[in-house]
Amino acid sequence: MSSPQDEQPSAASARPNVAYWRANLLVIVIMMLIWAVVSFGCSVFFVEPLNAWHIGSLPLGFWFGHQGAMYVFVVLVFAYALIMDQLDKKYGVKE
Amino acid sequence: MFEITPLLGFFEMSSTVWTYIFVTITFFIYIYIGWQSRVKETSEFYVAGGGVPAVANGAATAADWMSAASFLSMTGLIAASGYDGTVYLLGWTGGYVLLALLLAPYLRKFGQFTVPDFVGKRYYSETARIVAALCAVFVSITYVAGQMRGVGLVFSHFLKVPVEYGVVIGMVIVAFFAVLGGMKGITWTQVVQFFVLILAFLIPSIALSKMLTDSYIPQLGFVTGDIHDRVDALHAELGFKAYTEPFTNRSQLNVFLTMFALMAGTAGLPHVIVRFYTVANVRAARYSAGWALLFIALLYTAAPTMALFARYNLLSTLNGAKVVNIDEAENDDGEKTGQKIYHLASVGEDGTEKPIHWINTWQVTHLIEFDDKDGDGVISLKKDGDKYAEATIDKDILVLATPEVAGLPAWIVAIVATGGLAAALSTAAGLLLVISSSIAHDLYIHFVDPHASEAKRLTVARIMILLAIVVAGYFGIIKPGFIGEVVAFAFGLAAASFFPIVFLGIFDRRTNREGAICGMVVGILFTGGYILACKANVILPFLFSEPLITPMFAGWTEGGISPESIGAVGCALNFIVTLVVSRLTPAPPEEIQQLVDEVRIPRGSHAPEAHFDESDAEADNP
Repeated sequence: MSSPQDEQPSAASARPNVAYWRANLLVIVIMMLIWAVVSFGCSVFFVEPLNAWHIGSLPLGFWFGHQGAMYVFVVLVFAYALIMDQLDKKYGVKE
Repeated sequence: MFEITPLLGFFEMSSTVWTYIFVTITFFIYIYIGWQSRVKETSEFYVAGGGVPAVANGAATAADWMSAASFLSMTGLIAASGYDGTVYLLGWTGGYVLLALLLAPYLRKFGQFTVPDFVGKRYYSETARIVAALCAVFVSITYVAGQMRGVGLVFSHFLKVPVEYGVVIGMVIVAFFAVLGGMKGITWTQVVQFFVLILAFLIPSIALSKMLTDSYIPQLGFVTGDIHDRVDALHAELGFKAYTEPFTNRSQLNVFLTMFALMAGTAGLPHVIVRFYTVANVRAARYSAGWALLFIALLYTAAPTMALFARYNLLSTLNGAKVVNIDEAENDDGEKTGQKIYHLASVGEDGTEKPIHWINTWQVTHLIEFDDKDGDGVISLKKDGDKYAEATIDKDILVLATPEVAGLPAWIVAIVATGGLAAALSTAAGLLLVISSSIAHDLYIHFVDPHASEAKRLTVARIMILLAIVVAGYFGIIKPGFIGEVVAFAFGLAAASFFPIVFLGIFDRRTNREGAICGMVVGILFTGGYILACKANVILPFLFSEPLITPMFAGWTEGGISPESIGAVGCALNFIVTLVVSRLTPAPPEEIQQLVDEVRIPRGSHAPEAHFDESDAEADNP
């Protein structure tokens, strides 16, 4: 890469920005869990038990598969962008 | 507003005239933008010179990615399969979460022209680059084939020609757009196309929702209305399972696997990933993914409502319709062709008969066929195997036909056709760009003629586009499946080849050249081979009359693992192979590990540049 680094880390020293990367990974893991629960959980594996409840006239599991999960996805992606803005500032890696 | 009882014949005339008007206007706009943003530099041709605003890039990504499969085919597939349609809905939206969290920001930081660029650089290997470029071509051509079919359907309907001719007309038009502008022209054209296609989808959805549920918001009418109860009642009467019942035509395992394959495929599709190279910086890439998903969700949350309404309209209109008379189709010279055209009338609850006009044109192009087998003068849609007893209806025409079925005004019918074209054209253009850049930029420039002039490079890229169109057109004509299914195959191939190695390239410092190459090769060969073997008789009809294998693993799940699902297995295989081989072979060199560390932090992303050796003649375009 051609971008100049402020300090050249030697191969032996600790990698730079480890804390930032860990925080990022934590955020990603939490979000991926939510993602998996609404998509594979509510809409595939537990769809039958959820269908016992209704939202309006629709069975709940069906509604998750055809509507609900998608709303959650949109919120997740924007939430990630906002959270990462904070993290970038906190760890001083903002552009 | 939506009360129109046109005179016989006038209705068809006017919707055709409207379609001509809309299509001409929109094409004029696309051509104007394409002409305004003609390109002379490769960086503009491939990544629009960088610096596209996040919202605009979101809209362009949405148009790029919402194809004829989303616009035309998906609604029909959902209407036909009820709950099981969730694999498309969640597969094609949930993949964006993967893309936004796991790939897009880092790839933007990396800043290259193409996905094979990333692979070649991260895995310090020209072999890896070649494998990736070949995978990109393979995936994209599969995908374009589905698009060509979509374009062909629209043209066939409003020009009243067979679908095959429609595909050829589509090929010519797509070629024109893609060859002219490259990425710069495509980006801004796609922004316009996004608005065209979203309006084209939402207007009929809203009109239908108002008509059937009395709510102007389809997503609300879906929940509050009683349409699904009425559909389920019709289903019970005709012998179909309830619309909301899960796993009626896919087993639970297949639903899960297909959904996963589509998600990982979305995140691994070269033409989607490449869009994130066009924004200003890492932060813009994150937001851009958000905007893209929001714009996509506008259509995707409306699609299941449209599917339910369309299902209701179709069943309630055609089931029990009276056969008024049957005549024979005529060709242009007035000769009888022997094809039977049914003229039907729907019978209202009070016994009034209304002629059904919309089926006539579809019958001429063979996309709807009736056969009054029992000769009682009434068409029955009772379940007969996996079909209707006395009608055959191509799933892909549902969206195009629905406004007519519901008796919406002619201009809405025309808008839908225009939107279908916008969806197919924008995606086809983006894909063709990937194909041409993979071949011209990743293969030709690197290995054949590294000192080619700028003009020559663009010429090569453009020739490649033309070749790709011809191949895609062939598949559009032979039709290896419905549009949505063909596109699902492309996603499966992307999931099995790109997603694992791009993901591991960022998140696992230890993944090395040997692992990535083995992983890609195993993933794509396994997945491609399985799909080919299961579909041999449709993909290569002149070689095989039977599929080579029936879906395997039937012991695990009913009917075996379907060709649509196999991408998920290929993806898992790729992960395993890549990880294992990487651990058995030497670690990547120190500078590559530093590169990975750098990709992980946003600071210092710059305009895309070409990472070549000094021997390469390519100049940076900061």
